[in-house]
Amino acid sequence: MTYFRKKIYATAGFNTVALGTGRKEFHPKKPRPGIEHYIKEAGMGSINQIQNPENIDEGVIGNFMAARFCNQGNLGGFFPMVHPTFQYKPCIRVEGACDSGGLALVTAIKTILADMADVVMCIGVEVQNSVKAIYGADYLAGAGWFSGERKEGHAYFFPDQFSQRAGACYEKFGNEKMRAGMAQWYVNAIENARKNPDAQEYHNKNSDLLATGMTSPNPKAFCEHINVFDCSKVSDGGSALIFASEEGLKKIGVELKDAVEMISFAQVQDNLTTPPPDLTKLSTCAVAAKRAYDRAEIKPSDLSVLDVHDCFTIAGLLAVEAAGVAGYGEGADFVIDGNTKSYGIIPTNTTGGLVGYGHPTGASGVRQAVDVVKQLSGKAGDCQVKISPDKPFGMMSSMGGNDITVVAMVFSISSA
Amino acid sequence: MNLDERLQNVTIIGAAGKMGSGIAVLVAQEMSKLKLKQENKGKIYRLNLVDITEEALDGLRSYLRVQLVKAAEKSTVLLRQIYADRKDLIENGEIINAFVDDTYALLNFTTDYNIAKDSHLVFEAIFENEEIKIKVLKSLKEICLPDALFLTNTSSIPISFLDEKAGLGGRIVGYHFYNPPVIQKLVEIIYADNTTEELKEIGLEFGKRLRKKLVPAADISGFIGNGHFSRDGLYALNKVEELKDEYGYHGALYIMNKVSQDFLVRPMGIFQLIDYVGLDVFQSLLRVMKTHLKLEHLNSDLLNKFMDKKIAGGQNPNGSQKDGFIKYEKNRPAGVYNIEEGKYRMFDEDWRAGIDKKLNPTNEKFAPWRALLMDGKKMEKLGTHFNNLKGMNTYGSELALDFLKTTKDIGENLVKDGVANSEKEVNEVLMNGFFWLYGPIHNFI
Repeated sequence: MTYFRKKIYATAGFNTVALGTGRKEFHPKKPRPGIEHYIKEAGMGSINQIQNPENIDEGVIGNFMAARFCNQGNLGGFFPMVHPTFQYKPCIRVEGACDSGGLALVTAIKTILADMADVVMCIGVEVQNSVKAIYGADYLAGAGWFSGERKEGHAYFFPDQFSQRAGACYEKFGNEKMRAGMAQWYVNAIENARKNPDAQEYHNKNSDLLATGMTSPNPKAFCEHINVFDCSKVSDGGSALIFASEEGLKKIGVELKDAVEMISFAQVQDNLTTPPPDLTKLSTCAVAAKRAYDRAEIKPSDLSVLDVHDCFTIAGLLAVEAAGVAGYGEGADFVIDGNTKSYGIIPTNTTGGLVGYGHPTGASGVRQAVDVVKQLSGKAGDCQVKISPDKPFGMMSSMGGNDITVVAMVFSISSA
Repeated sequence: MNLDERLQNVTIIGAAGKMGSGIAVLVAQEMSKLKLKQENKGKIYRLNLVDITEEALDGLRSYLRVQLVKAAEKSTVLLRQIYADRKDLIENGEIINAFVDDTYALLNFTTDYNIAKDSHLVFEAIFENEEIKIKVLKSLKEICLPDALFLTNTSSIPISFLDEKAGLGGRIVGYHFYNPPVIQKLVEIIYADNTTEELKEIGLEFGKRLRKKLVPAADISGFIGNGHFSRDGLYALNKVEELKDEYGYHGALYIMNKVSQDFLVRPMGIFQLIDYVGLDVFQSLLRVMKTHLKLEHLNSDLLNKFMDKKIAGGQNPNGSQKDGFIKYEKNRPAGVYNIEEGKYRMFDEDWRAGIDKKLNPTNEKFAPWRALLMDGKKMEKLGTHFNNLKGMNTYGSELALDFLKTTKDIGENLVKDGVANSEKEVNEVLMNGFFWLYGPIHNFI
């Protein structure tokens, strides 16, 4: 564990409810909390778990499209609203589409590694139910190359991008197997979400999830190769997590046992203006995972828990391949065989993932880190999976755009 | 002249009404899609929307804008293809707005139905009144082109009768949309004795384009949907007269409404449904059927008394439910009318609990309509439900089973009388037009 010049810990993770269709309290025509609510709730949810908030040095907020969804920019300005400790301290908003949350994590960590801070709070947030899905699709398409791709693109731009990936996989690995794998991914996501009271699908009572997951795509109304259940949710939500150096942990009054060590990460960028080299692979995610493993000096089989960016069920299958836990073209079988279930070889997306918990885009990267940290510290509630002592590691991998912007991060039960 | 050509100039009479406005949304979209086709560039398309008052037309303008936006939002996948050559339109929002603007541009709003003179296709959707319909159709015959075709949205008047009285020579077809036409999939199509082959084809093709479920009904007053609804409602009204001595008019109305909704698992109780449709519409339906079918019993004194008091249900311009048999607060039943007392009795929890207990003493829980709507095993569950009813032997279950039997008889008689070709069509109409979970002709009893 020598990659970083000092130890970095994560602690005090908090996720709000992911609000949107599926939640009982959600009603599209009734007023709902705004973006500031989620920022405040997430931030305070984290701060309430530490002793000395006055010793937080900085704030980083990850957000994708508040400027369009909520007509809101300048999000750093919300930190002092969360807590007076942030008044006149450095705060910054970062953006990398659906990986905005992931970028918030690495920005916080780099600040600490640069000796500019000992304690940095990350918040991720997105409020997307402010417009109908058809307009939300426009806003989210900003994760692609607007002047190069949007005009030719589909009404549901991103679902179609991943529908094309599904189509390519059907052709290469067989329609039946891929379809079954995607449906099983959906089943697992909902089953896990039912154990997570904050998940958007927590209230899902469907008695035949597999049949729902197998629903035939309807290209006239949606996409050619995927159905609406293959998609992550349109969600409002926020997450927060605090990163600290060893010194920082002491300053905020958090004991080592309540923290998890962040032992490596990789932030990887691909070119937004070029098409993916191979639709059947998440190549950028694979590079990120490999680097993260190498830097942590571990192998995929050392993981006890994994959280991947399943913006679509097909992305989930390709992401477990990119994370190296399943071989190329074997993701579907790997999932069908139950290996990613909470009791499987590598419990994956144990709190529901983007399909089950929901996908408040700019918050997702932070949410994933929070959930991995909770698992490793034994605080995952009904979602808790077994963390064996010989495999004290967990990894999250979050992705922005169509495999363009990726952060992979490895955590470990703290060894000190 | 094919349908595409006819769709270049269309008139809707009664366009601001409940049915006319919905038909306007549907026709406008089809015309707009044609207009936007490459090969139709330069052609002029006109949809004339005619109603009696300017106020009504103002209401129609706003309704159309809202509905066209909704429709465009639902068909953006297709619209992106239609506007593929418009480099300036990139986002869904821009494409949706363009479609609404392009569609709006083909609309004429007017109170003068002389505008129909150039139309090849005319939809008639005015109030269900024989004399007025005949008068309007007669005038249109004079105004319109000699080959103009007429589609009437009558829900009960025989088409051959209208054809003969207006002298249209078979240029008319019954095209009965269900309320609201934008959402309801069902259209009953009724041929008059002389309906031309061309018009039959046009009717079928247009239904296909609108993606409606067309169910043919014989040209017998009431057709299938209202042939069933009228008798179903009349049964409940007559039953109220039977039960009123014990429960008062308000109690009897409450009982039959509850039995039909909860015990028969319908989307709404029978009196709520009549309120929704309008007591005036229901009364006129009975009158038309009584006259044409020469069936004296198609009449309800109770209903007439409500109409004498000008209690007519229906909807306010904002879509909220007006009071009828039932009083509504926030669109939910909050009381029920007692015709003898001349006032609404607001629901009193104790009173309600007393009647509910009488109907269902063991407080059996029934799955509501909504819960079964998307349930893959709903027929199985309904079978179990009705079997349970048979074993209950309570006041409520007996009323329910009688009602169930009656609706089945009504359905079977529609086939026997030749109104419907088969049981399947009766069931299709009730399930699609009235959102029943099961058709009236079933094996539950």
